Amino acid sequence: MTLHTPAPASPGASAARLIYRKPDVLLDRSTHYCPGCGHGIVHRLLAEIMTELELPAHTIAVAPVGCAVFAYDYLNVDFVEAPHGRAPAVATGIRRVRPEAFVLTYQGDGDLAAIGTAEIVHAAARGERITAIFVNNGIYGMTGGQMAPTTLLGQRTTSSPDGRDAALMGFPIRITEMLAQLPGVTYAARGTVADVAGIGKLKSMIKRACQVQMNGGGFSIVEALSNCPVGWGMTPLESLEHLKGPVVEAYPLGVIVDRGASASAQSGSGGALGRAGAAGESDAPRPREA
Amino acid sequence: MTNGREIEIFSRQTGPEADVKRRARVLMKGNEAIAEAAVQAGCDAYFGYPITPQAELLEWMARRMLGLGRVFVQAESELGAINMALGAAATGARVMVSSSSPGISLMAEAMSYMAGSGTPMVLVNIMRAGPGLGGIGPSQSDYFQATKGHGHGDYHLPVLAPASIGEAIELMATAFELAERYRTPVMLVADGILGQAMEPVDLRFRTPERHVFDWALTGAAGRPARIVKSIDLDPEILEKRNLALQHKYRDIARHEVRWESWQLEDADLAIVAYGTAARVARSAIAKARDKGIRVGLFRPITLWPFPERELARLSRRLGGILTVELSSGQMVEDVRLAVEGRCPVSFHGRMGGLVPTPDEVLGALKALSARVARTREAERHDQVANRGEFGSRHTGEGADTDDGVRVGTHRGARR
Repeated sequence: MTLHTPAPASPGASAARLIYRKPDVLLDRSTHYCPGCGHGIVHRLLAEIMTELELPAHTIAVAPVGCAVFAYDYLNVDFVEAPHGRAPAVATGIRRVRPEAFVLTYQGDGDLAAIGTAEIVHAAARGERITAIFVNNGIYGMTGGQMAPTTLLGQRTTSSPDGRDAALMGFPIRITEMLAQLPGVTYAARGTVADVAGIGKLKSMIKRACQVQMNGGGFSIVEALSNCPVGWGMTPLESLEHLKGPVVEAYPLGVIVDRGASASAQSGSGGALGRAGAAGESDAPRPREA
Repeated sequence: MTNGREIEIFSRQTGPEADVKRRARVLMKGNEAIAEAAVQAGCDAYFGYPITPQAELLEWMARRMLGLGRVFVQAESELGAINMALGAAATGARVMVSSSSPGISLMAEAMSYMAGSGTPMVLVNIMRAGPGLGGIGPSQSDYFQATKGHGHGDYHLPVLAPASIGEAIELMATAFELAERYRTPVMLVADGILGQAMEPVDLRFRTPERHVFDWALTGAAGRPARIVKSIDLDPEILEKRNLALQHKYRDIARHEVRWESWQLEDADLAIVAYGTAARVARSAIAKARDKGIRVGLFRPITLWPFPERELARLSRRLGGILTVELSSGQMVEDVRLAVEGRCPVSFHGRMGGLVPTPDEVLGALKALSARVARTREAERHDQVANRGEFGSRHTGEGADTDDGVRVGTHRGARR
């Protein structure tokens, strides 16, 4: 691929003119995602954060099965494909033999909260030093919009045509809160791509999660509430309104747990860890409004 | 019983380079010997989950690997274990998993991914009786799974089948070599007897040479990013990937077939058997030769690639073949495909965790011998009295029965 970006600015004259630069790690390709989909935003945030933290050269990332199956087409780092739901186990294997690597999984809600629950729970329980980016759009997008474990009650999907009925199909699962109970989880937070302010907060959450890993912390996870206009049967704008409304109501935003912050505060090394502008810090396994 | 520490001290004193004469023999359990062979072969990471009858393998690795500063993880499931192995192997590490039949079924998914993405790994299956949860007795009923199916898609795995603990040690090193040479998962299958039995073992360990892989994920510092994957939604490209895989499999079939012949020089009959069944067959062959039946053993060591050309060549000069397995008759299908009707092929097997006795096998040999004699007599009769009315009865299809053989444990060539 060829990247058409301004030459790296020397710290002198031209630096002042450079307002924004597409991170090199984000490949110059149009994505396969549907119009209005939030995956592109999360990819871009990741690319920016990896660049800011100088991670790409030692990153080994794990691609899921689902809409983000081709994540390696857009992020220019080493990637391995995992079977559906197994990304946390694959990442565990990488972590154990490559202690120096930055290990990242990128998973959707079908992948992480349905077929891959055993893998994510036990990677978290072991406190694996990996970072999971969990994009939750409440639906199986790639296969045509079927009900996911995260689908809201009453939500119509191609496999819940009359809406999700709790009596038949159970309740939505807040898996990030579940994981946050585990002492191996150093950082767990939930953000959203619904609006500019939310995207800014989401970026600081992902950055914090990456820093937890860089600083030798345990498992870190950031859930990004995202939209699926096609799967939800909405226009992109309608889907964003829906995301800000009932979705955020069902999945409260905020930092759910940040054990890294309290540990570093106790050890007096909070400066090295940095707070990275996270929405808040709390040991309580309950989301705080961001 | 030996433990890891003793082995370590012992191997330091003798080592692979040591004088053969000084090399002592150690009484070791099969599972432990296989585990130690992996350690000595330079296995960087082991991932497992407890299951009988391979639990000692996991336990041995737990004792040894961490002490050596290597990786041991007891996973949450066999799914977890093999996917950890997938991740570690994708970075170029020398990786192993082990399990027994039901656990191997769970591993099928990732094996298919690894075959598709060209990820080397060694998997040990200490086979137990199935189907389902089955039992914990020894079995060879995973032959189909190992050589034909397992996961989804058009792929094969090299499958190695030792018949002794000593051979298992050697084949573990071979398994890592094949895995890395051909970028493929390799399976070593042993029945529960080989896993559980203790034998005097020569500690002739071998460490395969290390290679730098141009595909391994190490972080894209100073080079383009690498991707280890099996997906390609473009059918043209996916077919090309498949053709490349098949080319690799032909290459493996050409260069990596392993088998053993025993007492076949003057043989009129042969037993085809692998693993523990081959050991029973040897005892039966000794008894049969005492009774004047000229019989030898053809023992596949690679179940895939199956030694079909060698068996085909052999079948041209044999009167008949008896296949013995700890199954309902799985490898016998490959035997028949290789023999192509050149001589009758009969079968004797036990299931459920039972092992045929030498006397049982001797009975099956006698039945085969009688059947071969009848076939020859009939052929002679046909040649004299009737020129080609029904063609030759040489294939034995439907022509003979296995009289005197226990129903249910024997099968003639009537399939």
